[in-house]
Amino acid sequence: MIHRVVSIKVYTAVFCSLLALTITTVAVSKIELGEYNFVVAMTIAVIKGTLVAMFFMDVRRASSMTKLFAGAGLFWLAILLVFLLSDYLSRGWLLNLRWLSGPGG
Amino acid sequence: MGDRETVLAPQEPNLRHHFDDSTQQLESSTLGMWVFLLTEVMFFGGMFGAYTVYRNMYPEAFASTSHFMNVTIGAINTGVLIFSSFTMVLAVRSAQLGQKKALIAFLVLTLILGCVFLSLKFVEYHEKWVEHHIPGPGFQYADPRYFHQAQILFYLYFAMTGMHAIHMIVGAGLLVTLIVMAARNRFSSRWYTPVEMIGLYWHFVDIIWIFLFPLLYLIGRAK
Repeated sequence: MIHRVVSIKVYTAVFCSLLALTITTVAVSKIELGEYNFVVAMTIAVIKGTLVAMFFMDVRRASSMTKLFAGAGLFWLAILLVFLLSDYLSRGWLLNLRWLSGPGG
Repeated sequence: MGDRETVLAPQEPNLRHHFDDSTQQLESSTLGMWVFLLTEVMFFGGMFGAYTVYRNMYPEAFASTSHFMNVTIGAINTGVLIFSSFTMVLAVRSAQLGQKKALIAFLVLTLILGCVFLSLKFVEYHEKWVEHHIPGPGFQYADPRYFHQAQILFYLYFAMTGMHAIHMIVGAGLLVTLIVMAARNRFSSRWYTPVEMIGLYWHFVDIIWIFLFPLLYLIGRAK
């Protein structure tokens, strides 16, 4: 079996980036950015999650099958959230049809 | 025929007979672990979905709760968990290189960091108890407009961080098992699959926290 040992430098760099991103996300959360507070916080979380998955969980060097399964997890999560929100966020939209039929319609 | 001995291929002590070689065996284990992690994504996904829906329904109420979250402990815990992922990955690296002492040291360090996380979580839960932020009959909230809606967030807070903490406790148990196995010389640079698989689990639990922390503690703080 061939080992593919990664140097400590790479792991240390990832660890330091993760800490830096954590400090950034806490710092940015104190600034009022309106809607963008959520966007920034989630973007940083996604970057951090990707770093952990790619380097610590070694997805970047995993077999295609493993990558496919990791991707499938995200895909199904997307189905869950998108379909859930397409229901909740669109509730009430159809009531607007009443306006079309006019008064007494 | 004759006196020639049958020369067997060098035996891999941990190679199961239904695999061609240890690379194939490791790939199967890795894939199996990922399938398990996929079910975990779905499991936590349900709670993240509930959170998303309620946050959309009651954005002001949810934002107001951020002021009652202990961001300092949350941030320290994020650092602790990231550090524990770092030591976990170094444990796997030591296993790959066959360094038994380093492997045990990093596993113990990971376990200690996991316990630090859980202890700080306990302090936080205690704070919530003292401040009557536990949903139920004793619940009190500073802003009476959000009394009911804020309770939903605290339900989600305890469900999500609680499930996460349970995963941490399970992970700590698995780490103890690994430390015992390592001390009994069960791992070598040829076979260390359990270290790697439990490493995957540990990092996954870390990723869950990476998303929980901004969602529960940070969003709405600026208002």
